[in-house]
Amino acid sequence: MPQLEEVTLEELKNMVSDRALTGETMMLNLGPQHPATHGVLRLLLELDGEIVINVIPDIGFLHTGVEKNMEAKSYQKAEVMTDRLDYLNPVGNNLAFCMAVEKLVDLDVPPRALGLRVIMTELQRIASHLVWIGTYGLDLAAMSMFMYAFRERELILDMFELISGQRMMTTYFRPGGVWRDAPVEFEAAVRDFIKIFPKRVDEYEGLLTRNPFLLDRLYGIGKLTKEKALSLGATGPILRSTGVDWDLRKARPYMGYEQYDFNVPVLTEGDNYARYLVRVQEMRESLKIVEQALNKLPMGPVRSDNRKFVPPPRSEVGVSMEALIHHFKLWTDGFDAPKASIYSAVESPRGELGVFLEGDGGPNPYRIHMRTPSFENVALVSAISKGHLVADLIAIIGSLDFVLGDIDR
Amino acid sequence: MDTKLEKIVQALQAEFKAQAEEFRGEAHVFVDAARIADALTLLRDRHRFELLSALTAVDYWPQTQPRFHVIYQLTSIAENLSLMIRVPVDGDQPEVPTVTGVYGNANWREREVWDMFGVRFTGHPDLRRILMAPDWEGHPLRKDYPLGYEEPQFTFNIKEIDSRKPYAKE
Repeated sequence: MPQLEEVTLEELKNMVSDRALTGETMMLNLGPQHPATHGVLRLLLELDGEIVINVIPDIGFLHTGVEKNMEAKSYQKAEVMTDRLDYLNPVGNNLAFCMAVEKLVDLDVPPRALGLRVIMTELQRIASHLVWIGTYGLDLAAMSMFMYAFRERELILDMFELISGQRMMTTYFRPGGVWRDAPVEFEAAVRDFIKIFPKRVDEYEGLLTRNPFLLDRLYGIGKLTKEKALSLGATGPILRSTGVDWDLRKARPYMGYEQYDFNVPVLTEGDNYARYLVRVQEMRESLKIVEQALNKLPMGPVRSDNRKFVPPPRSEVGVSMEALIHHFKLWTDGFDAPKASIYSAVESPRGELGVFLEGDGGPNPYRIHMRTPSFENVALVSAISKGHLVADLIAIIGSLDFVLGDIDR
Repeated sequence: MDTKLEKIVQALQAEFKAQAEEFRGEAHVFVDAARIADALTLLRDRHRFELLSALTAVDYWPQTQPRFHVIYQLTSIAENLSLMIRVPVDGDQPEVPTVTGVYGNANWREREVWDMFGVRFTGHPDLRRILMAPDWEGHPLRKDYPLGYEEPQFTFNIKEIDSRKPYAKE
């Protein structure tokens, strides 16, 4: 029988206080299988009674070697793996990947595809925040919140199924555009959603925002200062809740975000409550973007007509020899990317989702690194939960909104 | 390239005898491993690169000089700029000074690079594996580490499988 790894106190010396070594404080294991850790995350807690002295996160339980696997696949095939990273934001991951590839090979995307991408990405942001608000409510004993949030998320997933055939792992975006045009029913589905959703957010807020039980658990808990947030690499709603106005959609508009009128909610408190408010506000802003993008959606092709990178439509393959050759080449070999590297980032629901991509002149990425925001965000747990109660630690974990698939890759 | 960014790149070139490249409007600056902490401190304090966006590495095996590039992607929120710093390192057991004192999140990111590439960050306060199991052998993202199509390693067969792996002989 193999021996189980045992961690001695000696090994923990630099990570826990001296009082732990004398047995004065208690070491407690939280996770890796625990509903409040939102995935397979293990936290080693040092406790003085109910007060948290130290938190040592232990990650890697979901490590699947996505980056290594992508190196062995052509660019089109590697994209499928990005869906599985942050499983609450597959559309955003596709977007980050496609934009990186498009930047590396210098490929243009037609305006209609950009419009569809904006609609999908913002719907996904809402869906992701809905999962967050639902599970956060569940953590804080507001069980009905979970049902309400998942009811609305289901509407969004239905739209994804309508447009891409898949509810979650859509791979709808492709380098050079999107898979196919939206079916006619899509617009009506989105319009229905736009009509009902603002009222639903009001309902959530009615249930939670002024709820005294929630305020007790959130207000003033888990404070993060601006300096600390920047130094620890926090991005997204967490950074914006500390007073830093940084949203890549505004700062470096990609995909035509400059055409849309929306606000970036910024608060200064940096506590659980500020993070909660920022995300709820973001759902409303995202809906505004969806509506504008739908109104402005131009007609036209949804894929680039650069046949060296984008496969020809099926209708051409049957009649044109050249199209058949391109189709065959692209799906057997893939396309070649230059021997160079780029970094491209998008604003995911959790923060800066960056892709470092290096090509070697061949059809496979030589090295691809996904800079996932959750990795930085989960490290914040130990910085902001010291001195709080164990029950508050659960509220802090929820407020950071990390996804373990995103951390472990 | 942005004019503000160009000035920063020129300043780096003067100070650190750094090489610079440009690709698709991005600046890539090559800095010596020994001076990386100084370079990042200068960039953070004087040029306001507050955020370390990414810290990763690339393996150029079988090339050995340099074998790895360690990559630091910096973001300046105040000036809205991005800059990539590349640190070439030689050999199979490379060492780079840590930058945990400059950017807090470098702590975990350096652990990740150590875990995946075996680049040792000297002076790191807690350089343990982060994603792989603590008793794992090898560094999976190295190019001489085989990908898939093989039996998973368990304690009882680790030696047998290991002997068949095409590692660079160290």
